[in-house]
Amino acid sequence: MEIFVQQVIAGLTTGGIYASVALALVMIYQATHHVNFAQGEMAMFSTFLAWALIQAGLPYWAAFFATVVVSFVLGAVVEFAVIRPLHRAPELSVVVVFIGLLVIFHSIAGWIFGTQIKEFPTPFAKDAWYASRLMSAHQVGTIFVALCLVAALFSFFRYTTLGLTMRAAAQNPASSRLLGINVGRLLMLGWGLAAAIGAVAGMMVAPVVYLDPSMMIGVLIYAFAGALIGGIDNPVGAVIGGFLVGVLENLIGTYVVGTELKLSVALVLIVGVLVVRPAGLFGRRVVQRV
Amino acid sequence: MTRVLEIKGLRAAYGATEVLHGIDLHVDEGRVTALLGANGAGKTTTLRAICHFQVKTSGSVLFRGERVDSVSTEQIAALGVGHVPDGRGTFVGLTTEENLRLGCHARRDRNAVADDLERMFTYFPRLKERRTQQAGTLSGGEQQMLAIARALMARPSLLLLDEPSFGLAPLVVKDIFAIMRRIRDEEKVSILLVEQNARIALELADTAYLLETGRIVKSGTSAELRNDDAVRRAYLGQ
Repeated sequence: MEIFVQQVIAGLTTGGIYASVALALVMIYQATHHVNFAQGEMAMFSTFLAWALIQAGLPYWAAFFATVVVSFVLGAVVEFAVIRPLHRAPELSVVVVFIGLLVIFHSIAGWIFGTQIKEFPTPFAKDAWYASRLMSAHQVGTIFVALCLVAALFSFFRYTTLGLTMRAAAQNPASSRLLGINVGRLLMLGWGLAAAIGAVAGMMVAPVVYLDPSMMIGVLIYAFAGALIGGIDNPVGAVIGGFLVGVLENLIGTYVVGTELKLSVALVLIVGVLVVRPAGLFGRRVVQRV
Repeated sequence: MTRVLEIKGLRAAYGATEVLHGIDLHVDEGRVTALLGANGAGKTTTLRAICHFQVKTSGSVLFRGERVDSVSTEQIAALGVGHVPDGRGTFVGLTTEENLRLGCHARRDRNAVADDLERMFTYFPRLKERRTQQAGTLSGGEQQMLAIARALMARPSLLLLDEPSFGLAPLVVKDIFAIMRRIRDEEKVSILLVEQNARIALELADTAYLLETGRIVKSGTSAELRNDDAVRRAYLGQ
């Protein structure tokens, strides 16, 4: 029983990280109707930037916020320079470009920062009051950060005019332009926000898995599974899906398939959701009369 | 009378194919101007050319006395041109109310927006019933109403209406035109109406132009066009 509880809790913690990355995926999807496969690598790159800033002597939180801002700009620049010229290109070209971005960010990070595994600090003190025997302060902090992100994102899309115009621009860019909505600017903003969210996720995951150019590859697959389970267009669903994947991954890894095959759990989940319920548990199926 | 819209020598092309070969027309303030013509005459293209939307254009377009022919689609909308596009431009995954709120995304006067929303619901009670429903599930007529209401939410001074009768049952068309008449009387908006259905368009419009293969071939008051022999034969089936 003790092992079971421990596994569930460990699952919730990693789930928090998957949830944050899933949120970034949802963000891009809401803004562009694409799934950005390079999201994890962009997050990894951001985390390296944070690491470099901390190495340069900046205090943790200063480095944290500087990284979030720089990542936002980086995301916006990627949209403007790489994605925008493709706005008439077929889906498949865009997917290939996403994969290209993945490889590019991966290689650049290795080239600049080296492939050696690095330690990354956590902002949550070991002996903080919310630390307990079952959950370290960092684990609690990670979950808290994921929940804050989802609350912010959910309110943004649901209650703000900017969030509404963003959903509209993704859905029907032509009609949006006729209403005076500047679609290009919203796409840039969407990419920027997703990159910023990814950066936060990266900085949360790095203290656990350690920092190296490959740290986000597995995470991205889990996050993608989480986003799909929850519904790729629903921030709340994505977070629930992220936590769910974290827990499932741990339990099935412990009791059924063993840790070596854990990643295949995520892949099975992805395929399963796409076959059985493509809109996800909480996603909305868009109905259209013809 | 002031002219809300004045077009001179407007040409428009899709790629290398020119569709409008230099047309002149104007819309007087507070009036409904109809642009009639058969399929493929260039009616929809005219509206797109005014907004620089998906076509290459040349010639001059004056909106409230200012040249707008080098202004982007988004900015023209912001200046006060409401475009109800062909195909209705519904945001199918959003609710009816969200669709309407998109129309006034640039407005900051929250109370006035709430009033306008209520006013749209008095014009189109059906939309009120469908308020929280996904817009993609609305019928064709309801989506047309939604498109008109959405454009009006921005309080435009000029409304470009692209074939509101398209694909709708005759009764629904009658309904929509009755509401358009109310809107003309009660809103401070001038209307450029594109229609294939000449009969119903001439009933609503004050003046009208006849477009044939990219050229204006006739213009005048609605009464004049209704009594014109050629128009009667070709477009009114009399």
